[in-house]
Amino acid sequence: MAKHTLSVLVEDVPGVLTRVASLFARRAFNIHSLAVGPTEIEGISRMTVVVDAEGDSLEQVTKQLNKLINVIKIVELAPEASVQRDHIMIKVRADASTRLQVTQAAELFRASVIDVSQDSLVIEATGNAGKIEALLAVLEPFGIREIVQAGMLAIGRGSKSMSDRALKTISA
Amino acid sequence: MTNGTPASPASVAKNINRSKGTTAVSSVVEASNPVQGPNNIVAPTRMTGSQAIVRSLEELGVKDVFGLPGGAILPTYDPLMDSTKLNHVLVRHEQGAGHAAQGYAMVSGEVGVCIATSGPGATNLVTAIADAHMDSVPMVAITGQVNSAFIGTDAFQEADIVGITMPITKHAFLVTNPQDIPRVLASAFYLAQTGRPGPVLVDITKDAQVSEMEFSWPPKVELPGYRVVTKGHNKQLREAAKLIAGATRPVLYVGGGVIKADAHEQLKEFAEFINAPVVTTLTARGAFPDSHPQHMGMPGMHGAVSAVTALQQADLLITLGARFDDRVTGVLSSFAPNAKVIHADIDPAEISKNRTADVPIVGSLDEIIPQLQEACTSRFAAEAPQDLSSWWDLLNRLRETYPIGYTDTQDGLSAPQNVIQRIGELTGPEGVYVAGVGQHQMWAAQFVKYERPRSWLNSAGLGTMGYSVPAAMGAKVAQPDRVVWAIDGDGCFQMTNQELATCVINQIPIKVAVINNSSLGMVRQWQTLFYDARYSNTDLNTGHGTARVPDFVKLADAYGCVGLRCERDEDIDATIQKALEINDRPVVIDFVVSADSMVWPMVPAGVSNDQIQIARGMTPEWEEED
Repeated sequence: MAKHTLSVLVEDVPGVLTRVASLFARRAFNIHSLAVGPTEIEGISRMTVVVDAEGDSLEQVTKQLNKLINVIKIVELAPEASVQRDHIMIKVRADASTRLQVTQAAELFRASVIDVSQDSLVIEATGNAGKIEALLAVLEPFGIREIVQAGMLAIGRGSKSMSDRALKTISA
Repeated sequence: MTNGTPASPASVAKNINRSKGTTAVSSVVEASNPVQGPNNIVAPTRMTGSQAIVRSLEELGVKDVFGLPGGAILPTYDPLMDSTKLNHVLVRHEQGAGHAAQGYAMVSGEVGVCIATSGPGATNLVTAIADAHMDSVPMVAITGQVNSAFIGTDAFQEADIVGITMPITKHAFLVTNPQDIPRVLASAFYLAQTGRPGPVLVDITKDAQVSEMEFSWPPKVELPGYRVVTKGHNKQLREAAKLIAGATRPVLYVGGGVIKADAHEQLKEFAEFINAPVVTTLTARGAFPDSHPQHMGMPGMHGAVSAVTALQQADLLITLGARFDDRVTGVLSSFAPNAKVIHADIDPAEISKNRTADVPIVGSLDEIIPQLQEACTSRFAAEAPQDLSSWWDLLNRLRETYPIGYTDTQDGLSAPQNVIQRIGELTGPEGVYVAGVGQHQMWAAQFVKYERPRSWLNSAGLGTMGYSVPAAMGAKVAQPDRVVWAIDGDGCFQMTNQELATCVINQIPIKVAVINNSSLGMVRQWQTLFYDARYSNTDLNTGHGTARVPDFVKLADAYGCVGLRCERDEDIDATIQKALEINDRPVVIDFVVSADSMVWPMVPAGVSNDQIQIARGMTPEWEEED
């Protein structure tokens, strides 16, 4: 199934994450990734949901989401019309003999080292899914000990603002 | 739905933007005031949260509420005692309060209100809330919650009712700050009755009820994520008119949404204008008069042959406030295989959910139907509509050949269909008929003739056994001058008959017809047809020749109702007449009927509607088409 990225503006109220997440579960949609955070407008949060769905069922899930009272606006962000980024932290085995190789690999991917110990490094990287995958492949031989990854973030290209227009409707 | 133009604050805002500086602005705002009721201005007044709950309900114009107190809602029951504007009906089980609120809402079109305490009180409401959600009934459920400091500690009588009801409410609020009470209650009522109606839960902690707040009215309702489209889109309306003009076999597939939108008159006018046959689904019985020559009956699993066939052979479905439920469509892929679909509904999520619509129209039917008629008028001026006479010939023939009927019983007991038909005939179309779920429900849908909307109540979507008695009670409270019949089964009746006590004590004289076949009849019918007549756990021992546990006449008597029993055909009319003459207390009639009577026609589960059977193993003889 194809993956689609939905940007969802919601009221920042208790239970809103549960409502959105459980709606996907109830209608048997698989959430691939989900990221939530505040926006430039107080009281409004933005969720970026990557969902496995196509055609009719994507339309259905969008309509169902729109029915949630706390959901203000939904936009599907097409890959070509938006910038999409994954964020990952990787704990890699690295002692005195391999440390340099690992940091060089990280530099190639414009990733940064954010923690160092005797026998490990923590590398932080941002990029699209392909870049993250490639970085992991390069680090693999050194021994990956731990990975933590945030839900994908996405924003439309160009000057238009999703929340801008939604806010106008609210405050007018 | 009933008062003025339902529009959300968001859509109002849009209108204001567009018409800046003109006088139209104030009228837009006025017409779409989201706070219902007389809208008195109340200057800030100090009071407790519980007083604010009662006062808010009064300001919202609520007259009757159904409920049962307990620890966490106790503070609210104190000021409730002093209210002269609110009539509180004390039920015997919270489920009864929920269904009563549904019945109240269904006959009156107003929001039904039920109140319960936290924990078990709230969970007892769950079935009624789910029922209201499935059948789009405007209802507000107010529940007490434990002190906010105790939430999450598994405190005594704590249940996360907001979490529990999230998938079965239109919205659920948790109130911990008493200052929020007026705004949340006004929002709850606005949500419950606008757009697609539905249940809204307001859970209020005990500390929010006892703390003081500053009450003022009207509150500001702000729901930025809620907007309701009421007017149909012109382009879609033109497309629809084009399809209607070109159709040779159109059918108006009418659902409960027409009743919710109070659009029955517009429907009648439109149906006569385009001369298309009309089918009314289980929730739409009464939306179009049964006696009207264009009415083809009820479609679906137990629908009339004429209605089922009309849909199956249609080349155009004009779907109004219906949702292609599986009980109507049968196997979806074989439903109305040659039909294009116009689908008009207030809820965009219903459109193309089950069956893809060729022309989707989102809006309120009381606006869409006249818009459609207008669009058809201009279309027909350019292109004369098709001649429908051969379509009508076929359908009229089917309606005459295969009317809804029944065969005599073999065991000498009364035919349940006859009992129900006589109740309808002797009471007339001004009565209200409330069914439980099962065989008696289908017979009540088939054999009572409905001429007006809001005269037929049942649990259609959820199929809740036990709906009938409490819903009838709620209906009678809303419309005390109407005769209200609970047409119930012996199984259903045993699930909620405790509300007879409520009816007697509060002088709510409903009439209960227990169609007593001594079994869980619909399940038994399936066992007869599909399980070699092996009657596993369907015998209830309430009828003829059994231990009669319970004895319904004695049970009625114990509650202070009039209990009657009718065991012979020749007594049916006299018994019904007697019940119709008693208006000072509830009447319960034990109609002893045959357990072998079955609901026909029937489309067996899992097959196409073309396989409809008019009796066991008998399908209609289809005439060759064209």
